[in-house]
Amino acid sequence: MKKLLLASAAIGLCAGASYADEIKMGVLLGFTGPLESLAPAMAQGAEMAIKEVSDSGKLLDGDTVTPVRGDSTCVDAAAATAAAETLVTSDGVKGIMGAMCSGATTAVLQNVAMPNGIVMISPSATSPALSDMEDDGLFFRTAPSDARQGEVMADEIMEKGLSSVAVTYTNNDYGKGLADSFQKAFEAQGGTVTISTAHEDGKGDYSAEVGSLASAGGDALAVVGYVDQGGSGVLRGALDTGAFETFIFPDGMVSQTLEDNFGSEIEGSFGQLPDSEGQGMETYLSMAESAGYDGSSAYSGAAYDGAALMLLAMQAAGSSDPKVYKDKITEIANGPGEKIYPGELAKALELIAAGTAIDYEGATAVNMIGNGEAAGTFREIEIKDGKIETVKYR
Amino acid sequence: MDVINALVALTNYVIIPATAYGAQLALGALGVTLVYSILRFSNFAHGDTMALGTGIVILITWGFQSLGITLGPLPTALLALPFGIVITAALLLGTDRTVYRFYRKVRAAPVVLVMVSVGVMFVMNALTRFLIGVDQINFDDGVRFVISARQWRDMTGLSEPLTLRSTQVITVITAVAVMVLLFWFLNRTRTGKSMRAFSDNEDLALLSGIDPNRVVTVTWIITGALATIAGTLYGLDKSFKAFTYFQLLLPIFAAAIVGGIGSPVGAILGGFVISFSEVGLTYAWKKVATYLVPAWEPDGLVQLLSTDYKFAVSFTILILVLIFRPTGLLKGKIV
Repeated sequence: MKKLLLASAAIGLCAGASYADEIKMGVLLGFTGPLESLAPAMAQGAEMAIKEVSDSGKLLDGDTVTPVRGDSTCVDAAAATAAAETLVTSDGVKGIMGAMCSGATTAVLQNVAMPNGIVMISPSATSPALSDMEDDGLFFRTAPSDARQGEVMADEIMEKGLSSVAVTYTNNDYGKGLADSFQKAFEAQGGTVTISTAHEDGKGDYSAEVGSLASAGGDALAVVGYVDQGGSGVLRGALDTGAFETFIFPDGMVSQTLEDNFGSEIEGSFGQLPDSEGQGMETYLSMAESAGYDGSSAYSGAAYDGAALMLLAMQAAGSSDPKVYKDKITEIANGPGEKIYPGELAKALELIAAGTAIDYEGATAVNMIGNGEAAGTFREIEIKDGKIETVKYR
Repeated sequence: MDVINALVALTNYVIIPATAYGAQLALGALGVTLVYSILRFSNFAHGDTMALGTGIVILITWGFQSLGITLGPLPTALLALPFGIVITAALLLGTDRTVYRFYRKVRAAPVVLVMVSVGVMFVMNALTRFLIGVDQINFDDGVRFVISARQWRDMTGLSEPLTLRSTQVITVITAVAVMVLLFWFLNRTRTGKSMRAFSDNEDLALLSGIDPNRVVTVTWIITGALATIAGTLYGLDKSFKAFTYFQLLLPIFAAAIVGGIGSPVGAILGGFVISFSEVGLTYAWKKVATYLVPAWEPDGLVQLLSTDYKFAVSFTILILVLIFRPTGLLKGKIV
């Protein structure tokens, strides 16, 4: 008995002592399901950041980091919860880079992350509902909330001096969410939304929808839809009947197709889409290319940033305990300090160890606002001489 | 001035679109009604026959365009239309030979033929997708407008725009021409009369020496022509997408039944009843109301139904007619 006690005490002491450890990180994405085509490039982004840190040997006491993949499926909250539960309890991960879709993320946060005190950084959950959710300071995201895009839209319209806008949105979560958040932001700034009405994708004829929009009137029409779907149909109808002359195009509408099909007819219309520019993104793209995957795939850079942020926060906190390092994430993301871009994680680890402050920019120019979510950068575009031209980033 | 503005708004958003749409529905309903009265079954494949015919017309149009042949201000598709009709009619005759003829020979019940036509519908649908893909195609290459919004404003100085697209004018003119031709054929020619006789009483028609095979052949040719013309006009006016024609099936059947199935005049009347109800009931009358009653500033949009319920309108009318007047507005056959 005495020996057993001694042995236990010895083991306990050992656990407290410092030595190079293996840290496991969960990469929880929708590898199967409706967004399965996006998941591989995101996982590779996160794993590239993890490998970069692990290979440098500079994290904490030379700890190594191993990624463990889990499948959040996007649509099946129960499957996502089970996958996260496995990551936490059997693999013992110290943080989860995920989940992918807003619904799965909410389920994992409430059922697994909060009860177990695990930090989650989602690279792609954009639902505004996640902003106000109780999260014990454990949940962050490197993708901007749709509510943020609504605000950016409202700002841009106000700057153009338009005061009333009609809104048509594609009848799904994206369309409805963005239309609602835009209406809220625009009305808060004193603008008027004359009508906010849904259109179904894949119909041949949108004259009835255009009729309602025209009757409600407004200085411009915001087309919250898809350019390959009903968005174009409503736009065509509105142009043909002369109902509106100025249009606002959020991300789903901004593409080459818009330019090819409408060009000079929508002169002076404008829009915005989440997009990053500059040094960070360029470096990330070339790193991804040499690693053999497409870094420009949606949210891939955000996944790299999510994983990197967690690891740098561990270094700053001097601990891989989620309850400790969670408080450092915002600090690392927002600075002030030396700016860190992709590929410079080893340098960042050294700087933190030396006590120098850093400001993690990463691939997507991460900047956390409010309740631990990225402000995101948006590219503003305008149609000039029948071409989509970038006005500025904000 | 306000009254004129109200009228212009009404014309621009209700009367012109509903008239063009109504003409397209009427042509579709004529095809359905013809098959129903002569071949005695509801042809569910009609919507996809329209899609297939339009797809063929588009392919021929592209051929003409690559050869540099155009119709100037008119869409090239009009030139391709006769060729499309011939091919579609040939396909329908082939379908009749391989599929429908057997069921006619064994004197299958009409409901069996309806199910057969559902099968044909799926095959045609797949064929269309295979032939031309599922993407949206715009093949209107003529002059877009007869009156554009800007021209109208410069011309009249009114605040309300009025636009008239050339495809809308083409639709109405073609539809009227086709209808006149069809009625002349049915009422004045020997073949037309024999078709009507066959429709009224098959046994008497056979006794008086009418060749049933000839009647069936001519019916399919006319159906193919009507479907191709209706589909092409719809595609020119809106845009072509393989599966939107399947969605047109409901308003087309509603039009045929509301007008009185089996009655060609009823089909035309039904087409316009359905189109004006769809557009009128889902139109937001706020603008017109504000012009007409200056003192009244409505809070809402003065809209009876949200535009999401557009298809529900034809469905509701269909049900009401079947309950209260199953023979349709003009006396057709009892469904």
